[in-house]
Amino acid sequence: MAEFPKELKYSRSHEWVKDNSDGTYLIGLTDFAQQELSDLVFVGLPEIGDPLEAGEAFANVESVKAASDVYSPLTGEVAEINEELMDAPEKINQDPYGAWLVKAENVTGSEDLLDSAKYEKLTEEEKAKES
Amino acid sequence: MELKTPLYEEHVKAGGRIVDFAGWSLPVQYQTGIIKEHMAVRTSCGLFDVSHMGELHLHAAAGASGTPAQDSLNHLLANDYTGMEDGQSRYSPMCNEQGGVVDDLIVYRKSSEDYLIVVNAANKDKDFEWMRAHLLPGARIEDVSADWAQLALQGPKAEEILRRLTDADNIPEAYYTVKFDRTVAGIPAIIARTGYTGEDGFELYVAPAEAPKLWETLLETGKGDGLIPCGLGARDTLRLEAGMPLYGHEMNDEISPLEARLGIFVKMDKPEFIGKEALVSRGTPAVLRAGLVVTGRGIVRENEPVFSGDVTVGRTTSGTKGPFVNKPIAMALLGREYTEPGTKLEVEVRGRRIPVEVVKLPFYKRKK
Repeated sequence: MAEFPKELKYSRSHEWVKDNSDGTYLIGLTDFAQQELSDLVFVGLPEIGDPLEAGEAFANVESVKAASDVYSPLTGEVAEINEELMDAPEKINQDPYGAWLVKAENVTGSEDLLDSAKYEKLTEEEKAKES
Repeated sequence: MELKTPLYEEHVKAGGRIVDFAGWSLPVQYQTGIIKEHMAVRTSCGLFDVSHMGELHLHAAAGASGTPAQDSLNHLLANDYTGMEDGQSRYSPMCNEQGGVVDDLIVYRKSSEDYLIVVNAANKDKDFEWMRAHLLPGARIEDVSADWAQLALQGPKAEEILRRLTDADNIPEAYYTVKFDRTVAGIPAIIARTGYTGEDGFELYVAPAEAPKLWETLLETGKGDGLIPCGLGARDTLRLEAGMPLYGHEMNDEISPLEARLGIFVKMDKPEFIGKEALVSRGTPAVLRAGLVVTGRGIVRENEPVFSGDVTVGRTTSGTKGPFVNKPIAMALLGREYTEPGTKLEVEVRGRRIPVEVVKLPFYKRKK
């Protein structure tokens, strides 16, 4: 079963956002997303200083079978990237809520984000659609 | 149309992620994931449900004189089926009149006039019609796919595991040989020492009703050796590492077997076979299948353009990250002059150029 930490906010395209309460935010892929993508073997990250646009792709991840875009839940700027992932993309599978992709700053807007209960419900609906 | 193999319920029970493949509902992976499944086959053993594959039975009609079945194989297929022994198998491309490939297949010889032919699931109906239309007089062919389930037990531990369930005499000794009318775990079976993974292993043909019992027995018997069920995803990454072509990727109705570098299976010294004239008149292939290793960052997939500087020199036909060789690999059809190992090229992936280098195939070869 996928996990849905209560302290995080979630996008409908399966990214999570953590508010660091210092004007910065971490963005990653949810447990549900990593399970759906399965074994990740490549992560393509933006560069520090790149703009982030809510709803637009800012990174891509590849599993053995397929490539997928990762969409930014926030509008702002890339303050840091998690370089560790470039050599160890499997960390997203192992610890999806620890393996953040980017840290965002100068955030001026966001998508309509969900709390953990609403996001969990969304994933259940997607699962039901699949089967 | 949605077809289910006799093992469908086993796959669902085992947490298989079911996808559609050539109209069949099959697991692309189980909960363990493609990488672990792939590594199990390279280091221990994996079990695949390949019941979707097509089986055709070619034989002489009752009372026919001569060797119409063997002659038909030599007419239909690019490889040479003369001088085979009973219990041998032989791979071949099957060409159309233009020298393209109708399908690639394996022929198992039961006797000089009795053959089991195993073809790709997606091509089964096309193959059956094509072969029936081009049989020589006195030969007969039937689609017996519904009579057979197929389980592939693949990996260095395969023989050891199988040995626990059958007599030593039932195990084909050499790679690419087969034993008909045997039993595994008491279940009537054809036991072939063939596969599509680059490892030693077996393909077991049994009646569909017996397949779930054999599946469960094999998994239970091999559990202590690390045997796990494997899906289509690992099947694809394994064959790619082993440099094996896949129909619809490295070959198709237009690509010739010589372009696909299957020349050793094309016997141009045979008096005739369908497509031979076309292959002669097409001459030295202008494009050839080649192996690529990514030297930059990123993963190359199929159908992406390959460049030498500003010149487009071909397209990729398959690509992934090879879990065992642990690097991104791809196969491509390239202009002949760009297929020398060591040649540095670029592949354009979603607008970005990724550096690659041509290497000799296969990417992985097992130690004998």
